[in-house]
Amino acid sequence: MNDQQQTLWDFMRQQSDKLATQTLEHIGLTFISLFLAVLVGLPLGILIARRRKLSGSVLGIAGILQTIPSIALLGFMIPLLGIGPKPAIVALLLYALLPIIRNTYTGITGVDAAVKEAAMAMGMSKWQILFKVELPLAMPVILAGIRTATVITVGVATLASYIAAGGLGEFIFGGISLNNTNMILAGAIPAALLAIIFDFLLSRVQKLNFKKIKAGTYALPVVIVLLASVYFIPSAYGSKLTAGFTPEFMGRQDGNLGLQSKYHLKIHTIVISDAVMYKAAYEKQLDVISGYSTDGRLKAYNLVVLKDDKNIFPPYFAAPIVREDALRKFPELEMTLNQLSGKINDTVMTELNYRTDYLHESPEKVAKDFLVSKNLWRPDRSGSDGIVRIGSKIFGEQYILANMYSMLIKGYTDYDVTTKTGLGGTKICFDALTNNQIDFYPEYTGTGFLVILQPSQQIINSVEGSKEKTYNYVKEEFEKRYQIKWLQPIGFNNAYALMMRQKQAAALNVKSITDLKNYLDKK
Amino acid sequence: MIKVEHLSKHFGKVKAVDGISFDVKEHENLVLLGTSGCGKTTTLKMLNRLIEPTHGKIFINNKNILEQQPEILRRGIGYVLQNNGLFPHYTVGENIAIVPQLLNWDKKKIQHRVSELLEKLHLSKAYFNVYPNELSGGQQQRVGLARALVADPPVLLMDEPFGALDNVTKSKIHAEFKVLDELKKKTIIMVTHDVQEAFELGDRICLMDAGKIVQQGTPADLLFKPKNKFVEDFLKEQRLQLEFKAIKPPQPPEGGTLRLNGVVLSRDVSMWWVMEQFKFKGSESLSIYDDQDREIEKLGFEDLMSAFYQYKQQQTHE
Repeated sequence: MNDQQQTLWDFMRQQSDKLATQTLEHIGLTFISLFLAVLVGLPLGILIARRRKLSGSVLGIAGILQTIPSIALLGFMIPLLGIGPKPAIVALLLYALLPIIRNTYTGITGVDAAVKEAAMAMGMSKWQILFKVELPLAMPVILAGIRTATVITVGVATLASYIAAGGLGEFIFGGISLNNTNMILAGAIPAALLAIIFDFLLSRVQKLNFKKIKAGTYALPVVIVLLASVYFIPSAYGSKLTAGFTPEFMGRQDGNLGLQSKYHLKIHTIVISDAVMYKAAYEKQLDVISGYSTDGRLKAYNLVVLKDDKNIFPPYFAAPIVREDALRKFPELEMTLNQLSGKINDTVMTELNYRTDYLHESPEKVAKDFLVSKNLWRPDRSGSDGIVRIGSKIFGEQYILANMYSMLIKGYTDYDVTTKTGLGGTKICFDALTNNQIDFYPEYTGTGFLVILQPSQQIINSVEGSKEKTYNYVKEEFEKRYQIKWLQPIGFNNAYALMMRQKQAAALNVKSITDLKNYLDKK
Repeated sequence: MIKVEHLSKHFGKVKAVDGISFDVKEHENLVLLGTSGCGKTTTLKMLNRLIEPTHGKIFINNKNILEQQPEILRRGIGYVLQNNGLFPHYTVGENIAIVPQLLNWDKKKIQHRVSELLEKLHLSKAYFNVYPNELSGGQQQRVGLARALVADPPVLLMDEPFGALDNVTKSKIHAEFKVLDELKKKTIIMVTHDVQEAFELGDRICLMDAGKIVQQGTPADLLFKPKNKFVEDFLKEQRLQLEFKAIKPPQPPEGGTLRLNGVVLSRDVSMWWVMEQFKFKGSESLSIYDDQDREIEKLGFEDLMSAFYQYKQQQTHE
């Protein structure tokens, strides 16, 4: 426990720059949204207190907005406002709206009718009644609403990092992807503290007597605007291009850290979720993104992969891995599976992924079309000489590969096939294999290397990101440790990659990451 | 001073006030009396346009108030509510100063006027910076009255002003109310459901029922010349007390005075009040002085009683 706290503290100290930036962004984001929410919500609340007929529909709409899941709301914002602070602020504002409108309405309608009548009877105008009677008397209730809204906003603002608006969510979601508890806590603890501190401060404001501190009433909006403006301090940057990286990529040695240490790449970077990153690049919101080199979206959005000329991204070559006893049981299996070896390069795999992920063709059809085009396809021999069990992970590329293998086995041998596709992740697939639940599945060298073998830093350095060295290392180790054989690589490399829009890359003459760095360094 | 002509207020199909007319003379105290729902409060609120009439006209000082801007009109009319309607976030001083603020008086003048009223209404100066919720009900009602009087409006509207007070506090405030010089110069319209209060404070009474005025006149008119059964029934309870309150002791000649233990009394004290003095203050006689300051008559309890019966007989035979 002590150890854990120590390292958390270390982490926070190490990352104090980032932590400070993210905290400021978080505070800024919270208060810009809050300020705008008050600006919108307060008059709306006053309006529906005056015209009660409107109250049902206005409160109803605000209530519906509140029930939309935050991620979905952020998602809706992207087509309208793109990525970055704008959609985040609008989404946060919409969340903060309900408590502010409702409490303003409740506060004003709750003012003693006799007091309002007295004010009117003494000859106060509508505005005088509003500012001198209704608002001051409703203020504690209104402030309670703003308090609720603040706490909600601090919480929801963590999600802003999904659409590249920054804030403490960068640490939280980065930490979740990287399974780094310290990183999660470094984001979560300050976020929780912010919520508690703001709630406490507002509770003090609520107790103040507004008559006694008239100046204070005017100071409050000023304070909120000041707090809101801190958002823009960290954003004061200058860079020709903007990069959007996933939280996971940001924290990995074979990710942004490597880009900085090996390439010395200095680019304005925002953190964004994988789900919206490709689209944002396509829509010119981002110029450089971190993706997977065989992702179908690469083709869908006309992106091009920059060459990793310093080999910081470890190779993720795909190859079937088979238990050795299965190879003995099915002597023709190895030869059959190896027919695919070297047949699919990155471009082909990207195309195939594009067809399943974007054109929504079935993996079976895509697999068959490919085999037919390569003259590998043969009709099913309906053999009954034992059953080969094929596994796959739960994404399109693996479904396609599993289907191809299934067709090859049925066409070239007398074995029958069952497939167990959609196994949750590396660990589940691998455990199924070692426990004799499946006979083989397609795996990637990088995954086998980093996730399953988890070698020391020394060994990682020794393979130097080389395709052959990595392949040889995992092949040797898997045989030694698990009696599992890596067959020949299929050919493509589904690794991390930096991508740009094809047009832009061509216009800037950027082909590799080094080109990109040189372009950015040119003043 | 105030003239109301064929005034009506309809809420949907309900005729809350149904074509009533009445006049109020300057410095007169008119009481709108009736049970709840008879339209008396609606009538009152139309006089300062808190409620807009459906039909009819209202003139104050010969000016049609429906043609004036409501805010300006209201600043010239004092208004006292049953639940005082003090601003809970204003101090007593600030509460009283609301209308002068709206009229842009200068600070010194406001300060001076507020202190003057606090004194007249027997409120300690220490209350100046106190919030209304720290005061008793009676004190709050006095502050409410001060707030209505502060800009010295010629007209004062009072909606059940003493309705929320207990009987002891109420009679104490009634007594103060009657001697307050500020109020003597006002034309007052007061709403109440309390018959005793109406008889005690009203110069004239409009008895209302179902949005109409059943009878208007002096308390004695209502008592001794009731227009119908409704009026009679309405005044049936504690009738004797009402009679004593409606009847005045024998009046002195022009320029003369009524004195009790040497103290000069107001001309409109009731028989009831004098009896109370006899009973509780130990006085034995009421003296009548002429304009030369000579005592011309000395009336004991027996004399007053016979005067009372004589007056009653005279009224019923007229």
